[in-house]
Amino acid sequence: MSVAVRVIPCLDVDAGRVVKGVNFKDLRDAGDPVELAARYNSEGADELVFLDITASSGDRSTTYDIVTRTAEQVFIPLTVGGGVRSVADVDALLRSGADKVGVNTAAISDPELLNAIADRFGVQVLVLSIDARRCQEGTTTESGFEVTTHGGRRGTGIDALQWAVEAADRGAGEILLNSMDADGTKAGYDLPLIELVRANVSIPIIASGGAGKLADFAPAVEAGADAVLAASVLHFGELGIADIKRSLTDAGCVVR
Amino acid sequence: MSPSVAVLDYGSGNLHSAQRALERAGAVVTVTADRDTVLAADGLVVPGVGAFAAVMDGLRAVKGGELIGRRLAGGRPVLGICVGMQVMFDHGVEHDVDTEGLAQWPGVVDQLHADVLPHMGWNTVDVPADSRLFSGIADQRFYFVHSYAARSWTLHTDGRTAEPLVTWSEHGERFVAAVENGPLTATQFHPEKSGDAGIALLENWLRTL
Repeated sequence: MSVAVRVIPCLDVDAGRVVKGVNFKDLRDAGDPVELAARYNSEGADELVFLDITASSGDRSTTYDIVTRTAEQVFIPLTVGGGVRSVADVDALLRSGADKVGVNTAAISDPELLNAIADRFGVQVLVLSIDARRCQEGTTTESGFEVTTHGGRRGTGIDALQWAVEAADRGAGEILLNSMDADGTKAGYDLPLIELVRANVSIPIIASGGAGKLADFAPAVEAGADAVLAASVLHFGELGIADIKRSLTDAGCVVR
Repeated sequence: MSPSVAVLDYGSGNLHSAQRALERAGAVVTVTADRDTVLAADGLVVPGVGAFAAVMDGLRAVKGGELIGRRLAGGRPVLGICVGMQVMFDHGVEHDVDTEGLAQWPGVVDQLHADVLPHMGWNTVDVPADSRLFSGIADQRFYFVHSYAARSWTLHTDGRTAEPLVTWSEHGERFVAAVENGPLTATQFHPEKSGDAGIALLENWLRTL
């Protein structure tokens, strides 16, 4: 009897539409996040993540509407991240129907935001998203990994491991650990990064970035991930959730 | 006729997911703290997320403990979910803060001993044979998010009333995942977030109303 490894599809949503390609057969409207969420749910997704990449804050209400419509139909946990800057943003997303909220850049400039969210809503709603990469020329950190912003384009000089530890102390309930080195490579998850964070924090870790084939998932779990996130490999129909779960089972991992 | 269910509104975060899931399971749902509505409904659901002490503060503000006690005294069904289950015990200890609960059951809710906390995700349950709540779904996984739990169960009847049915789960150690005790039912996991299995469990509970 043990908790199952979670397989979590991530959908990038821009002004109410899923962006990046989506390639399900017999889907009427491939860009509709609600329809996609229902589809992933029926395929066995254990949770869903919406990443709101809407540039204009005026279009945020569209995101809230999508969250509400998804939560009306899909009875699994829904995390929404992207552009969350304040306790009020978290409140609005939870009221819309999100179960958890992902916080990233805003917490880097204002770490107290993590305490404020956890104190108000409980640690279970707070997912800290970290975009980490190996230090590049001119930057050093103790762990060798630094936190980046702007989709990995800007380094902050902040030690990614220390940030993970600090965030857990401040009340993050979970870490979405995205490797900017592995992201988009489809060469597998960043196992050294996962191992490093696992050895130093005791909250759940969602591994993100680098999944390209079925054999990539079990090593992330062996490195210490409690959940695996995947985006493009799922959207383009290269891999299915059931296939991923089968590969995990074959490797001795427990899945739902 | 569809059973009527009141979801107790005391400022807890996940009221609407409970509402939507109960509606999916076939109930007519009102989210309310109105005394008459809460007492008159066929079933009362007490959701709860966040800190034990904060949930107790919220319940106190709407006289939730009294309403729950009145219903139970009259044999009227109540379902507690997550922290809404935890507050049914004598007390809860979080970060060395010891808070009095509603004391429907003896015992304490405190931190699980596990390598990774919160216990977050889909876990199996060990269901007693006579369970109605888990009828047809005892082999399913349910969605948990919590760091604290009742790690022991001490209430036993002396045969005059039915023995409480206790369902267990395990994360680092064994803990109470659900209880069926006369009119008072509770789950540590979130049936409203447990997909088809969770909806089926709510349907089972609605059938007892």
